[in-house]
Amino acid sequence: MATVAAAAPQAKTASSPGIWTPAYSLWLREIVRFYRQKARVAGVIATPLLFWIVLGSGFAYSFHSSSGSGSYLAYFFPGSVVMIVLFTAIFSMMSLISDRNEGFLLSVLAAPVNRSAIVLGKVLGGATLAAIQGVIFLAFAPLVGDHPGAGAVLLSILAIVLISFELTALGFAIAWPMDSPQAFHAIVNLLLLPLWMLSGALFPADRASGWLAWLMRLNPLSYGVDALRNALFPAEHTLFPLDVNLGITAAFCVLVFAASWAIVNRRTHKPAA
Amino acid sequence: MATMTQSGKPADAIGLAPAAPIELDGITHNYGSRLALDKLSFRVREAEIFGLLGPNGSGKTTLFRILSTLMIPTGGAARIQGFDAGREPNRVRQRIGIVFQSRSVDVKLTAAENLKHQGHLYGLRGAHLQQRIAEVLERVGLLDRADDRVESLSGGQQRRVELAKGLIHAPSVLLLDEPSTGLDPGARRDLWQYLRTLRDQQGVTVLVTTHLMEEAEHCDRVAILSKGKLVALGSPAELKAKIGGDVVTFEAAGPEQAAQLAAEIRNRFGAAGTVLGSTVRVERDRGHRFLTEVVEAFPRRVESVSVARPSLEDVFIDCTGHRFWTEDAQPDPAGGKNKRGEY
Repeated sequence: MATVAAAAPQAKTASSPGIWTPAYSLWLREIVRFYRQKARVAGVIATPLLFWIVLGSGFAYSFHSSSGSGSYLAYFFPGSVVMIVLFTAIFSMMSLISDRNEGFLLSVLAAPVNRSAIVLGKVLGGATLAAIQGVIFLAFAPLVGDHPGAGAVLLSILAIVLISFELTALGFAIAWPMDSPQAFHAIVNLLLLPLWMLSGALFPADRASGWLAWLMRLNPLSYGVDALRNALFPAEHTLFPLDVNLGITAAFCVLVFAASWAIVNRRTHKPAA
Repeated sequence: MATMTQSGKPADAIGLAPAAPIELDGITHNYGSRLALDKLSFRVREAEIFGLLGPNGSGKTTLFRILSTLMIPTGGAARIQGFDAGREPNRVRQRIGIVFQSRSVDVKLTAAENLKHQGHLYGLRGAHLQQRIAEVLERVGLLDRADDRVESLSGGQQRRVELAKGLIHAPSVLLLDEPSTGLDPGARRDLWQYLRTLRDQQGVTVLVTTHLMEEAEHCDRVAILSKGKLVALGSPAELKAKIGGDVVTFEAAGPEQAAQLAAEIRNRFGAAGTVLGSTVRVERDRGHRFLTEVVEAFPRRVESVSVARPSLEDVFIDCTGHRFWTEDAQPDPAGGKNKRGEY
């Protein structure tokens, strides 16, 4: 009996890596890659600032917010934060396509890693970068005459984190099946930018014409922008109260994350990467 | 072989006959209507360097994808140490190390960071992982470059990081896809030396795909694929011995003359020759004598002659009736169309 046991091959029982170690590793890689590409850091901070000042100042003359402070720059502020988050989420999920084309993704897919760890690591990585930049942008709030207290800042951060997660997960679900950055850009222009434009970032839903107003209510991003507006400008009139906005945004986070997870877990006879 | 016990473990886990490191059982795969692999069955032995030789379009890339658990075959089963690559991919993944043909390291990270990341994917952590990183980097001779970003390393050094990446979790089966791509002769020699060391010192089973005859010569055994079928399997020496004797080639003035010459050789000497373009190829013992006889018998029909010991290319021609390189190599639909890596 003993000889039989001894004949057993060397059992290299590599323990299952679980979810958190691989997810952490993928998350860390996103962060490290980001700060090692200085142009990305500069671009992502400077672009929305420029956009906010130029576009906001331009619109301010032709468009007057009827409610609250009345300044368009102030109205446009939450939308600008969401735009930064959107840009970063899109850029970081584009890396999924280059990971696939370069071969990095192959070695991840061929590792004994639960697919949900891949989604989690990658999405949390992108969402972290997006959220950090969104939060940094909050520092400009005093420029539009807004001085949020600690509670308002915390609520804003919560809203930014949720928006970052939902947009990054959405980007993941879109980028995963793609193999060319051009195709991804087409979807960005066709879907993600309109999603932002019709989120109440540029103009309020209650001022829009009937069908547009309905489109804006169906847009999940509207609730994120609205939540941020609630938190930053409690006096402003918004479509829904803060808790409803945060709840719907959180629900959408779960939905797109589940969609990403399902897309990654499809069993197929086609090449995985 | 892979009978499952109730615990779900293959028979070898409880000490019965050990499962083969790699076992193919009627593997079939088609991309839509094109059949890429046709009922392939063979077994790779413990601690051998096994070569998968075939021209482009022979199906070796498809087979590599299936073995590395990146694609589920449409028919049959591939088992690694008794575990089915399609059904239990994670158990297979823990046991195999893979070196892809395309670059899989992140060039923005250092060599050590890449290995740390790879270790995390396999559940390695902390001091043990640090030790493994130092070990594998030492083995591939890059310990002094551990903290350099991969983008600053030369092409050959990057390939060595790839190899280190495939070995970080001490796999018992190592799969390499066209490992010599982009390596200079010196680096190739080092690679093969290293693979032999792995086989001899750690009992690692190595599977290498290649389209290069001289590479296949390094392997303990070689499977030759053509159009998705296994056409020959054995050690390079065995395969060449099957041909028997020498390979004698007669060059005629053109394809028609070659066909005529082949017919005349068959009538006169009873030797079956293969016509390849304007040459006639005959396998024959004591080739130099045969060559002289033929030239003397048909002096005006032969433009030039050669005699050689059989090579693996001769084995390929013998098995398929056509040349290795002139096969109408079809583009691989999965690799080509999707642009998803060269491998």
